Amino acid sequence: MYSDKVMEHFTDPQNVGEIENPDGVGQVGNPTCGDVMRITIKVEDGHIADIKFKTLGCAAAIATSSITTEMAKGKSLEEAMEITRKRVAEELGGLPPQKMHCSNLAAEGLHKAIEDYRAKHPQPAGGQTSD
Amino acid sequence: MRTVYMDHSATTPVRPEVVEAMLPYFTEQFGNASSVHHLGQRARAAVDEARDIVAAHLNARPEEIVFTSGGTESDNHAIRGVAAAGRGRHVITSAVEHHAVLNTCKALEKEGFEVTVLPVDENGLVDPQELRGALRPGTVLVSIMMANNEVGTIQPIRELAEVTAESGAVFHTDAVQAAGKMPVDVEELGVDLLSLSAHKFYGPKGVGVLYIRAGTRIRPMQVGGHHEHGRRAGTENVPGIVGMARALELACAEMDEEAQRLKRLREHLQKGLTGRLEDVQLNGHPEQRLPHLLNLTFAYVEGESMLLSLDAVGVCVSTGSACTSGTLEPSHVLTAMGVRPELAHGSLRFSLGRMNTEDDVEYVLEKFPPIVRRLREMSPTTREASA
Ligand SMILES: Cc1ncc(COP(=O)(O)O)c(C=O)c1O
Repeated sequence: MYSDKVMEHFTDPQNVGEIENPDGVGQVGNPTCGDVMRITIKVEDGHIADIKFKTLGCAAAIATSSITTEMAKGKSLEEAMEITRKRVAEELGGLPPQKMHCSNLAAEGLHKAIEDYRAKHPQPAGGQTSD
Repeated sequence: MRTVYMDHSATTPVRPEVVEAMLPYFTEQFGNASSVHHLGQRARAAVDEARDIVAAHLNARPEEIVFTSGGTESDNHAIRGVAAAGRGRHVITSAVEHHAVLNTCKALEKEGFEVTVLPVDENGLVDPQELRGALRPGTVLVSIMMANNEVGTIQPIRELAEVTAESGAVFHTDAVQAAGKMPVDVEELGVDLLSLSAHKFYGPKGVGVLYIRAGTRIRPMQVGGHHEHGRRAGTENVPGIVGMARALELACAEMDEEAQRLKRLREHLQKGLTGRLEDVQLNGHPEQRLPHLLNLTFAYVEGESMLLSLDAVGVCVSTGSACTSGTLEPSHVLTAMGVRPELAHGSLRFSLGRMNTEDDVEYVLEKFPPIVRRLREMSPTTREASA
């Protein structure tokens, strides 16, 4: 059902937890659907210096969260905004079709966390602004 | 790695005695039961004997037993066969049926039948008075399962069948989960049709029974040759039928003792888990329930992640039902019982069986609580957050 990479990230997830006083928070999903994900980030010099996740969900939800944090760590905010569900799924060696939608929310969680950061830290003209 | 199989409601291993009974019918005794020569006649004799055994254990007559390819076919045959033969266009079922019943009723709905789906209470029970209110002159069939496959709740079939009989409609019960776990006596129950599946009671997969009370208005669904007195065409699965009869015989002989044993193991598991973990809730009727089945909700965790974590330490269980495992929808059974979706997603079914021991239960009690704690630590939802 799941690729080895998914099972690897499910059994040994990376970056689990919550950053204290985070620069940005992104929460997606809802418990009624069975999946909730919260991503917290620390931003330094326009880069993601630290990132952690907490996820309620199936193996796919946990694995996508874990790999998304790995993919985003150290990236600039612009690069991190380019991480999509599709790339997350590819990085995991594919996901079962029924898991592509609800359980693959981490990229959105990451984008929300970045948007949250940008909203709280408006840049001077010429820099990044929140949308 | 140690394997602890606690998914007996999904399927069971075939007992060695059953395999032994079946083996000759694959090889030396391979005859077609419709053939006139001696090999055919031996196969015929084996099928007849199996029919007698099955009939005796259900308190039915041999000519009321039709062999099928399993529970799904029996359910389809019962519902579609009565719908095709009846004089009305209304069918009643319950919200907690197996998909073999629910989806057959849905298919009838598309074909112009009216279907009433009776609700259940928080324990999963259908109320006979509710059924009485739903029956009407055009009702041809009522199909309500004997015991539920996800939570184990046992329905008051006798009462439901009685209410149905007053209206003249045909009563079918899916006894797939009940057989071998509790007495199934068609006279006692007063049912017209009853489905069984061998692989749930240590028989082979792909063989089952539809009991058809003499005089019931029902059409054959699979047509062809004159097999099964024209009620179900197709060369008989002789080894499967022989194996099923042997399996039923063994299960019934050991039933009382085994049911007590399984119940003790289950109570131990239930007490152990609820004692070691917070926010655990039982799904299903507290008493009126199959002896081997335990469905629990663990708040703030999701079922599949518990299932896969247990699998990693060799423990096989399921979330709700095997069929539900492939989808993201919460179980229709739990939803019908009023379990909130976020809790339904966190449910797990343990179904015990012959090979399980106290030791297995201890193993699960040792391995499982840390899994739930780990997943809860990972979860952004907490008791405080959802208060
Ligand atoms: C209540 C119930 N009905 C029907 C079935 C289907 O039986 P089978 O697997 O033999 O088609 C099952 C088992 O999956 C069941 O639990």
